[in-house]
Amino acid sequence: MKDSKSHHKKRIAEHISVLPKSGIRDFFELVNTMDDVISLGIGEPDFVTPWHIRESAIYSLEKGHTSYTSNLGLLSLRKEICAYLEKDYELDYDPVRECIITVGVSEALDLAIRAIVNPGDEIIYHEPCYVSYAPEISMAHGVPVPVVTREENNFAISPDDFRKAITPKTKAILLNFPCNPTGATLTVEQKKEIAEIAIEHDIIVITDEIYSELTYDDKSPSIATFPGMQERTIFLHGFSKAFAMTGSRIGYACGPADLIDAMMKVHQYSMLCASITAQEAAEEALRNGRSEMEKMKREYWQRRNVIVKRFNDMGLHCVKPNGAFYAFPRIKDTGLSSNDFAKRLLSEKKVAVIPGTAFGACGEGFVRCAYAASMEDIVEAMERVKDFIKKL
Amino acid sequence: MQNEILRMLNENARLTPGQIAERLNKSEKEVAAMIKRLEEDNIIKGYRAIVDESVFSPNCVKAIIEVKVRPERDGGFNNIAKRVSKFSEVSSLYLVSGGFDLLIEVQGGTLQEVADFVSSKLSTIEGVISTSTHFLLKKYKESGKMLHNEDEYERLKVSP
Ligand SMILES: Cc1ncc(COP(=O)(O)O)c(C=O)c1O
Repeated sequence: MKDSKSHHKKRIAEHISVLPKSGIRDFFELVNTMDDVISLGIGEPDFVTPWHIRESAIYSLEKGHTSYTSNLGLLSLRKEICAYLEKDYELDYDPVRECIITVGVSEALDLAIRAIVNPGDEIIYHEPCYVSYAPEISMAHGVPVPVVTREENNFAISPDDFRKAITPKTKAILLNFPCNPTGATLTVEQKKEIAEIAIEHDIIVITDEIYSELTYDDKSPSIATFPGMQERTIFLHGFSKAFAMTGSRIGYACGPADLIDAMMKVHQYSMLCASITAQEAAEEALRNGRSEMEKMKREYWQRRNVIVKRFNDMGLHCVKPNGAFYAFPRIKDTGLSSNDFAKRLLSEKKVAVIPGTAFGACGEGFVRCAYAASMEDIVEAMERVKDFIKKL
Repeated sequence: MQNEILRMLNENARLTPGQIAERLNKSEKEVAAMIKRLEEDNIIKGYRAIVDESVFSPNCVKAIIEVKVRPERDGGFNNIAKRVSKFSEVSSLYLVSGGFDLLIEVQGGTLQEVADFVSSKLSTIEGVISTSTHFLLKKYKESGKMLHNEDEYERLKVSP
């Protein structure tokens, strides 16, 4: 066989071939070769979808609801979503013109970026961040402009850093608070300042609030609620985290009608619609899912208290995250790089954590530990980490 | 904090004050004092394991009995309910709405024992109008715990 690489040099689009592979992928391969690993590397709930929600998906199938839905998604679900956002977020969206159901927040994010980016437009986002952000922007021929968030600032984005990153080409800023991988949230004052800068420079705000229910101590209102913001904000949310529905692949975007309409075009031609089974299950989650969600949240909160205390007690400084289910302890002082720390911890103690660098170069010196794992596993993992760093 | 502690112990009575304190971000002393108070106030009524009783008493028989009673002019259902609950055979007793008044869970060493309890003790009590006994055949869930194991489904070991 001919060397396919040299023969087919131009098969892959250039902007795709230059995309890096996610650092998480490498780690996945490594962990998968091992048995009995305690994994704090899993970015999804350890709870199964609550039974009443699963049951409604089964019922939906039973009734023979197996067709496409309207491109925007079931109107009944959009109404339910808008009512939920009004009640819990004080956001007022029209279910007919300002809301679209997507295949996870993943697709909603893709739509938002594709709908607004012209080639060369800059999108500001903060690092360390969710692995998809920079590639998503690049795939839409935009230019990702990272702003570093720092430990001494509890990993909140500083409004000044945002301002400094703005150029005439800046089209939007992408925010994710509570944040994967740091668990950081923003205060009211920080959001207010960011909102004012966005308005001053006529910048669109895309806010990925997938973890917003999982906010523990102080919860500030969504940036979309600030004066003048709803008209320039694309609000992304979904069911994966708070309702433990990652496998259902269901999310949504709410925003001004012109933006939602543009996103709708991309969605219509690329995805058509989200699964009807999942949409009906999501409706059930909003109608009757509150008590189960609160229960899971209480559990995450307790795990957070334990993991943060354990890290700090063993001498690895760990900011107390106010949201999501990630702790982001500093491992710099061990003298190991994030990658070496994670690899050695895995091979010597069979505990999987993700190197901070998987979430951006500035994640060096940190690791991400998801506490979406049982309390027993968390406690055992912490014992092993303690042992590990003692022997370094 | 009180309700949080009660919720946790109700779920797992073996949690130590130290473990609870760590999870709630409190001191161990505070938690221990709170638990002591809850015990003294009889809010925590005891601790015990949820076990598969068929292991240590394989012939144990349980029944649920629906009882219709005539309420008294003074005290309504209270006197008779308290009186019935004194029997050691009775493990739970509730006053309920609907077609009957008291719902009783009883257990005995043999079928005969339970039958004797109903015919000679329960139905002879002044005020008991009628009883309807349902013997339990198999237990699937107790105190929020499923008694059968379901296959574990494993997530990916690493995900973004
Ligand atoms: C910040 C963030 N955004 C989006 C997603 C993707 O969510 P979904 O399952 O809704 O596609 C994740 C999943 O880990 C995430 O952490």
